[in-house]
Amino acid sequence: MSILVDNNTKVIVQGITGRDGSFHALSMREYGTKVVGGVTPGKGGQKVGDIPVFSAMEEAVAETGADTSAIYVPAKFATDAIKEAADSGIKLIVCITEGVPVNEMLENYYYVKSAGARLLGPNCPGIISPGKCKVGIMPASIHMPGKIGVISRSGTLTYEVVYSLTETGMGQSTCVGIGGDAIAGTGFIDLLAMFEEDPDTDGVVLLGEIGGEAEEKAAEYIKTEMKKPVVSFIAGRSAPPGKRMGHAGAIISGGKGTAETKIEAFKDAGVPVADKPDEMPRLLRDLL
Amino acid sequence: MKIHEYQAMELFKEYGINTARCELALNAARAAKIAGDFGSKVVVKAQVLVGGRGKAGGIKLASSSPEAEKIAEDILSMEVKSIPVKKVLVAEAVDILKEYYLSITVDRDSKRMVFIGSSSGGVDIEQLAVNSPDKIHKLYLASTDIPPRKEIQDFAVKIFEDESLAEKAVDTMLKMHRLFLEKDCSLVEINPFVKVAGGGLLAVDAKINFDDNGLFKHPGIAELRSAEEYSADESSARCAGLSFVSMDGNVGCIVNGAGLAMATMDVIKLFGGEAANFLDVGGSSNPDKVLTALRIILSNKKVKVILINIFGGITRCDDIAKGIILARDGIDIPVPLVIRLIGTNDSEGRQILKDKGLTVLEGMSEAVQKAVELAK
Repeated sequence: MSILVDNNTKVIVQGITGRDGSFHALSMREYGTKVVGGVTPGKGGQKVGDIPVFSAMEEAVAETGADTSAIYVPAKFATDAIKEAADSGIKLIVCITEGVPVNEMLENYYYVKSAGARLLGPNCPGIISPGKCKVGIMPASIHMPGKIGVISRSGTLTYEVVYSLTETGMGQSTCVGIGGDAIAGTGFIDLLAMFEEDPDTDGVVLLGEIGGEAEEKAAEYIKTEMKKPVVSFIAGRSAPPGKRMGHAGAIISGGKGTAETKIEAFKDAGVPVADKPDEMPRLLRDLL
Repeated sequence: MKIHEYQAMELFKEYGINTARCELALNAARAAKIAGDFGSKVVVKAQVLVGGRGKAGGIKLASSSPEAEKIAEDILSMEVKSIPVKKVLVAEAVDILKEYYLSITVDRDSKRMVFIGSSSGGVDIEQLAVNSPDKIHKLYLASTDIPPRKEIQDFAVKIFEDESLAEKAVDTMLKMHRLFLEKDCSLVEINPFVKVAGGGLLAVDAKINFDDNGLFKHPGIAELRSAEEYSADESSARCAGLSFVSMDGNVGCIVNGAGLAMATMDVIKLFGGEAANFLDVGGSSNPDKVLTALRIILSNKKVKVILINIFGGITRCDDIAKGIILARDGIDIPVPLVIRLIGTNDSEGRQILKDKGLTVLEGMSEAVQKAVELAK
């Protein structure tokens, strides 16, 4: 098993005729993902490779029975794309797009929720259940099927850690990027709960970073609710306060969101925190 | 993005939020004229984006026009945390009966907009939150719609003791709410919000921060971006589409992805070094970006070594390698380069660099260790 996506997942790519959308639609399909269609307004009837393009989500879902969407549209169209996906009955909306205004996300988050769907991202690398399904932009080759769950706020840092897991023979059940923005559709706790339930996940790697208090809340959850081992790494120990470190959400403000408080919270919850990304496989192995 | 107090005051006026009478002055003579026109005591305030201007002597009271001129002259020749003061705001000094605090922002955890208020205004709110959390009230909003007046009234009466004052505060809060959403703000803050003789409430200071992601919708506001918020390097990086933050160390960094860029700085520190910068070259790997990144880092004379740490995903290692060669052929690179490439097209990238006599490492720890040693 795995969480959120597997062999049965049927994916629509929103923004499929764009440069990124078409490239990643084909790369996901090549990995074995069931990419059943794409949407670009006004381009219905075209094809990208052999993937049919529709003009609207409602039609695409009706024709293909898709349950998941991947959004690659520019930031100014992201809110419309998210809402359209939610309205069409899609269950999992993966928003890769970076730069969605925060105030729009406040609305989108609750809109998707009330439609009974789940949003992942925005500004995230997506999700992969190795050997089964990839919905996103991560390099597939570094992954290996196995029993470790990975949750991260970052893209390339996740690749770094997944690579070292694979190198040491520790495959992954599912790797999820929740995104680097202040408002994330899906958070650490949602995913920790899913991994705890997933019979094929033995342990979890959680990659956090400075900004906000999501890691502190996750630590609290792990302490009280989880039996499976979790190990962590927090990026940004050396980041200066008040500066936005690339990610919109990676900022220490008003003394909150520092690496120290997050590391402290994890240690208090019995979660080992690695000093370097390549230490994580060893820390996890010690607990399994 | 941050803006100056005087710019925030302008936006307050545009939205009908009552402010103390104030005008901007670029020189002392103008400050004297404004003080004369107001015909009252005035407060002369340095306009800088960094905090702590009060403690630095950047806010002073003047009881006459000549005194305002003298004070403005002093403030305009001073620096606040090494930022030279170029503008002052001259504001009418009002008789303050009591100071309150009011702001609206986004709470990341609950994913809600939140009003924050306190009857102990005029102090650092973050400090107040630590020392007297019971004096801070919060109102989380259920949606981005205009909140019901009753809800805001119930909140306001907790902060503003008498009812007529609370009513006035409710009007201000609705205006703050509209400003916050219409201009894609991340913070609208009035501190202090003061009660004056006659029962009115006035904004005596104004702070507005904007969500960078929302700026594309507001070109007029994007224009207000101040060079003060960024170092010269940060500004040129921004123009080139690179995410860059200046640091104090001597190990220059070029990394793809914000999380990996932060982690790279952390590991540099772990090995006893200090990063000279945070730099994320971004997802698409245009070789020109690498050239620009190297140029910006090399303009910092403290840099003794440059570490290039790339985990190719969307970024292709061969593009990065081409960029490095482009830079080496085009500009003088007087410091050693430590290069680590892995991921998409890494063997092609390594070959390109090897052909030009450059060595490429595979492991992140090993690359960082080498860079730190070379910087010593």
